[in-house]
Amino acid sequence: MSFLDQEFTDNNIVITKSEDLLNWARLSSLWQLSFGLACCAIEMMATSASHYDFDRFGVIPRPSPRQADVILISGTVTLKMATRIKRLYEQMPDPKYIISMGSCANCGGPYWEHGYHVLKGIDRVIPVDVYVPGCPPRPEALLEGLLKLQEKIRNERLRKTA
Amino acid sequence: MSVEEILEILKNKFPNFSFNFDNSLPVDSYIIIDPIQLPEICTFLRDDEKLQFDNLMNLSGVDDNNAKKEKDENGNEKLVGRTLSVYYHLESMKLNHKLNLKVSAPIEKPEVESVESIWKCADWHEREAFDMFGIKFLNHPNLIRILMPYDWEEGSYPLRKDFETPEYYNGMKIPY
Repeated sequence: MSFLDQEFTDNNIVITKSEDLLNWARLSSLWQLSFGLACCAIEMMATSASHYDFDRFGVIPRPSPRQADVILISGTVTLKMATRIKRLYEQMPDPKYIISMGSCANCGGPYWEHGYHVLKGIDRVIPVDVYVPGCPPRPEALLEGLLKLQEKIRNERLRKTA
Repeated sequence: MSVEEILEILKNKFPNFSFNFDNSLPVDSYIIIDPIQLPEICTFLRDDEKLQFDNLMNLSGVDDNNAKKEKDENGNEKLVGRTLSVYYHLESMKLNHKLNLKVSAPIEKPEVESVESIWKCADWHEREAFDMFGIKFLNHPNLIRILMPYDWEEGSYPLRKDFETPEYYNGMKIPY
């Protein structure tokens, strides 16, 4: 008789798939890299502050990329900064996620035509999971972006499917 | 003290220098001087009892984009006479008066004397004008880029009117 066929005497047991458990653990403790670039970073700080309280989703700012799961690209990415962001991203351990916050990070924003110094979208350098539109996005929009990312992680598969 | 009065003082002090006064535009009037004579005049403006310009409020470069078409001996058209300018906005905090200066240099040889030794804050402003317009400030102690990356293409100055955005920088595509 298998172990699972027995009746459990201890009633503090939950049975689930390891995939679901790992995904749930990951999406409930998304530690973000404490990192801001421009005006969007102010909205990001507001999202972290008491009124919107990012922490209640398990989002905790970490000062080191080696302890972070998610990087929020919050603001204008200049060409000079892009190489630094790429390095930070490469220092993060897998699995890692990216939220591109605001028009500048998404596509260059107001600098799309004459911004000789601006990267027209952070996805030219690193892969993005969620794009949050807005200039800058309100904290509610960033929260929505986080919920979208959590939804994405909830449906991740550990095994490669054909 | 009005700009006209300051101009009179300067003319009396430096009879051999050339001063042009422009108040034709609907902006603050300014005095145009020679880039070589700049340090001497600025030192006087700062140290004179009656003037005491102790604050350089602003220093900025401008591409005048004023080239004119001319024909050479073979009849080919070419553009000549384009200049780069530097504007200086001076203020006396003690006497509460202001003065604007302008110097121009040809784009083929955009050299202007530095005023870093007179007003320390010119250090960064001159580096910015150098970075954006390619104006060389003679006798500047550290004339290197300040805004653009250090490996930005040599001789490519973003605020010049004929600047064209490069296709790539460090493997990153720049145009939208």
